[in-house]
Amino acid sequence: MNIESPQYQNDPLTGQENHCIKATINGMTAFIPVDPDNADYAEIMRQVDAGTLTIEEAD
Amino acid sequence: MALSTIKTASIDNNAVTTDKIVNDGNLGNRNLIINGAMAVDQRHDGSSFTVSNGNAVTGFVADRFRVNETSGAAITGQKVADAPVGFTHSSKLTITTADASLGSTEFHRVIQPIEGKDISHLNWGTSNAKTLTLTFHVKSSLAGQYYISVFNNAADRTLLKGYTISSANTWEKKTITIIGDQTGTWLTTNGVGIHLMWSLGTGSTYQSNTLDAYQAGFFMAKSDQVNLAATNGSTWQLTGVQLEVGEVATPFNNEDIATTLAKCQRYYFQYGPSGGAVFRHFNPAYTNNSYCSAVQSFPVEMRAVPTVAYSAITYQNADNWGTSSGEKNQILTYSISTSTQPISGAYIDGNNTDYAYVNAEL
Repeated sequence: MNIESPQYQNDPLTGQENHCIKATINGMTAFIPVDPDNADYAEIMRQVDAGTLTIEEAD
Repeated sequence: MALSTIKTASIDNNAVTTDKIVNDGNLGNRNLIINGAMAVDQRHDGSSFTVSNGNAVTGFVADRFRVNETSGAAITGQKVADAPVGFTHSSKLTITTADASLGSTEFHRVIQPIEGKDISHLNWGTSNAKTLTLTFHVKSSLAGQYYISVFNNAADRTLLKGYTISSANTWEKKTITIIGDQTGTWLTTNGVGIHLMWSLGTGSTYQSNTLDAYQAGFFMAKSDQVNLAATNGSTWQLTGVQLEVGEVATPFNNEDIATTLAKCQRYYFQYGPSGGAVFRHFNPAYTNNSYCSAVQSFPVEMRAVPTVAYSAITYQNADNWGTSSGEKNQILTYSISTSTQPISGAYIDGNNTDYAYVNAEL
C-alpha cells in the first residue's frame, strides 16, 4: 500500500480537531477515520511507528 | 442390507428428528467463507490487474480474497470464466515476472481473513473448539506440494496442512480437515477471527516442518512448498471455497448473488465507474454560506467506520471536499468554498471513469 502526504483534518462542521486523516492511497484521495479498527489507519500508524511515515498537522 | 433396498418406509420415524437435522446437520448459510464461488469482484469487475508489492490490505482478486506478493516476482490477478463443473468463475493468478529464489521473508499468498463475529460459535481457544472442514477447487500449471495455513489475529498460533496438485492444468477438488485450536486467542470481535491462507511460495522464515497440529508462531508452508513464481507464466486458480463446521464436506452452499454481495459490502463497496454521480451535495442541501453537506448511507452496516476515497471530484463553485462524522452505516460529507459565494456543490462523477470506494476490510 502506497500512502502519501497524510495530514490530520479538522471537521469544519463539528469543530472536532484531528477527526480523520486525509492521504493519497495508491493514487486515490482517501479520508481515513482515526479508529484502530480501520485497517488503513492501523497501517498508517504502523508506518509512523516504524519511522517511515509522518502525519502532518491539520491546517 | 443394501442401500438400494432401504425405502422411506424402512426408516423409523423416531430415527429422524428435527434436532438431528438442525443441530447435527449443516443446513443453509453454513459457509464461513464469503464469496467462495468468486461471484463478486467489485474492484476489477473481471479485468486483469497487477498485484502491488507488499503485505498490505490490497490486491483483491475477488471480493474478500486478497493477494500478497513481497518477492521480486510480479503477479497479475483476474476473475476468469474458467471453473470446474458447478461453478462459473475462478480467481486466477499469473506470474508475469519470475523470482526463482525467494528471500527468507519473501512470499506470495492468497488469504481470506474471517471476522471474529462470524466464528464466535466455534469456541476456539477452549477445550470445546470445533473441527472445521475446508473444501476448494484448485488448478495450477505447476503440479506439486502446496500448503494452507490457519492462523489467528496475533499471528502467534498456526496450523499448517498440505495438499498436492497431482496434474498440471487440471481442476482438482481438495478437502482438508481443520481441527479447532484449544489454546491461544482467537478473536470473536470485529477483528480477524481466523486467517485462512493458501501459500504460493514462502521464504525460510515462514517455513515449518510441523503439520497437522497447532504451533506457536506464524508459518505459511513447509520447505517443499511449490514456488509459483519459479516459472514465468505459471498460473494458479481457486474457486468453490467452503469452510464449514464438522468433519463432513457437504456440497457447496450456493448462495444468491444479492446475499453474497451484501456480505462483501460489509467490508468494501464501490460507486462507479458507470454507476452515476455519488457523494453529491448541491444547494439547496444543508448550507451555511460557505459549505454544504449531506449524509451518504451505506448499503449495509460495515465492519468498522470505513475509509472513503475517490479518484477525482468535480467542484461547482467549491474548492474542497471532505468527510465529517462517520459511522458504520453512514457518513456525513461536505464541500466547501473558500473563495466563491454562494457555494453550489460537488460530486464524484461515477458516470465517467471516476469512482469512489468505501473500505472497512480486515
